Amino acid sequence: MNQYFHSIKIDTEKCDGRMKCMRICPTQAIRVRNGKAKIIEEKCIDCGECITACPNDAIIPQTDPFGELAKFKHTVALPSPGLQAQFGKEILPKRIIGSLKKLGFDDAFDLSLTCGEISFAIQEYLREYTGPRPLISIACPTVVRLVQVKYPALIDQLIPIDLPREVAARELKKKKSKKLGLKENEIGIFYLTPCPAKMISIKQPAEKGRSYLDGAISISDIYGPLLSALENVKKETYRKDLEDICILGMGWAMVGGICRTLRLKNALAVSGLGEIIKVFDDIETGKLRNIDFIEAYSCPQGCVGGSLTVENIYTSHNKILKLIETLEYEQIKACPDIREVRKLYKQNYFFINGKFEPRPIKPLDKNLAKAIKKRKKKEDIYESLPKIDCGVCGAPTCLTFAEDVVRGEAKQTDCIFNLPQKFAKLSKELSELLDKSVSLHSIRANIDKAQNKKE
Amino acid sequence: MASSEYVLSERFEISCTDFSKAGTISTKIKEILQEIGIESSIIRRTAIASYEAEMNVVMYANSGRIILNITPEKLHLQLEDDGPGIDDIEKAMQEGFSTATDKMREMGFGAGMGLPNIKRNADRFEISSIPGEGTSLDIIFYLNKTGHQ
Repeated sequence: MNQYFHSIKIDTEKCDGRMKCMRICPTQAIRVRNGKAKIIEEKCIDCGECITACPNDAIIPQTDPFGELAKFKHTVALPSPGLQAQFGKEILPKRIIGSLKKLGFDDAFDLSLTCGEISFAIQEYLREYTGPRPLISIACPTVVRLVQVKYPALIDQLIPIDLPREVAARELKKKKSKKLGLKENEIGIFYLTPCPAKMISIKQPAEKGRSYLDGAISISDIYGPLLSALENVKKETYRKDLEDICILGMGWAMVGGICRTLRLKNALAVSGLGEIIKVFDDIETGKLRNIDFIEAYSCPQGCVGGSLTVENIYTSHNKILKLIETLEYEQIKACPDIREVRKLYKQNYFFINGKFEPRPIKPLDKNLAKAIKKRKKKEDIYESLPKIDCGVCGAPTCLTFAEDVVRGEAKQTDCIFNLPQKFAKLSKELSELLDKSVSLHSIRANIDKAQNKKE
Repeated sequence: MASSEYVLSERFEISCTDFSKAGTISTKIKEILQEIGIESSIIRRTAIASYEAEMNVVMYANSGRIILNITPEKLHLQLEDDGPGIDDIEKAMQEGFSTATDKMREMGFGAGMGLPNIKRNADRFEISSIPGEGTSLDIIFYLNKTGHQ
């Protein structure tokens, strides 16, 4: 039984051990054993880099198929702001929502107003907070996992305000069960997701509470049917639909969008896991203590760059940016009433259920003295390796291989560079043994004779 | 004295000419501590202290080093540099006191919080300096809670 849920699975039939995933994994969570890739569950942060890297499509995102809808009496689609980014200002949220209802969902709900409420709630939290800074947005589940696994010391800097999709799903379930006379578990709420990582926050929330969502359907799966279900709208309706958009909500689709729409001055926006790691290292040393807020997304450009989106990521980034600019230019706000948000904030309406817990990588040993000893052994092993990170042993780098050896998960002889040396040593030992053995002297003499004859 | 196989010792030379590398040793130290399973609150305090100390060397000295010694009981960071030294240590330990140049301040340093910050995060802190020759720091963290006084 696996301790951790992951949003990706390896299809061992399709995997032919080409190691592309192993080399690209930013947390060194993949090994190739007996020609097949294997994920080290505790190290994986569900960033999805391996999905795109695999030439055989052997790494499969675990989103839900459409058929899941049949399990519920009433279904609701909750599109990620990333879906809006696929269309930009040409097709507005209202039209998308209308079309989704034709695809088999009983209802669809636009998240932008809830996103707006959460943006305001974050603003409130930033104002009240007095602990170490900067605070870190939890919008990206991979970033939350990264903090849990690699930066456990920063765990209290994760903002404990729940995600828009969770707050919306919670309220929808309450309202709909009353209105329709159904039990909450008879109502299925599905997130239309731009990335597989959102699945982990649904199946196994970081704060160990429960998710109000029942599943996630990939944007790439729904894009085609959605396009054909789109209806034309009249010009007058377009203007009215535009005026209904909460600008704060549109900010959630791209990196820097929350900062921009809230007009936060002292905030940073980062995307791409490599960049995030650099920034988090700086947070840990205290270098960024004068910054208030960090908006970080594992995918380049934010959710628009998710691996389950359709549009080119720079195009969709541009599309959502243009929509935000239009709303700014037209001075359209349609945002939630901040006084109302403050009231709800005080009633704990927005806070997560539970607490983020660190999930540090297993140390070399539970016992510190033994861990120190193993760390030294790891250094010694590493020194004996060629340090070219060829990967033939099945580990991404010589350093991770040395670690695997001290953890007892690999054997030193798995390194092919050590083999010729071992072989030379063994054959020398063998020949010494032959020299010592008196009974073999006559045989030895015969071998020498035979060789002399040949020459 | 712990037997030597239970002592982890690493020596890091601080690159004082390359500002882009500043802070990398603190990151390396953090990774070692994570690997051997040091508690995350101690890792954080160590990261802050080692970063401040490393930056002091980068800013003021031509060369310097950090020596990390870990036993099951304590974590010891030793810093040595060949910088200008400190004339008045008591003054240097005051919050807000700084001899940083305008250039250092432009880069966001020189708030006079470095040494006080190290002291605040460490369990034990000692500093000695000879003007004109250099400064050395001993920064100690206790690893088992009983020794945490």
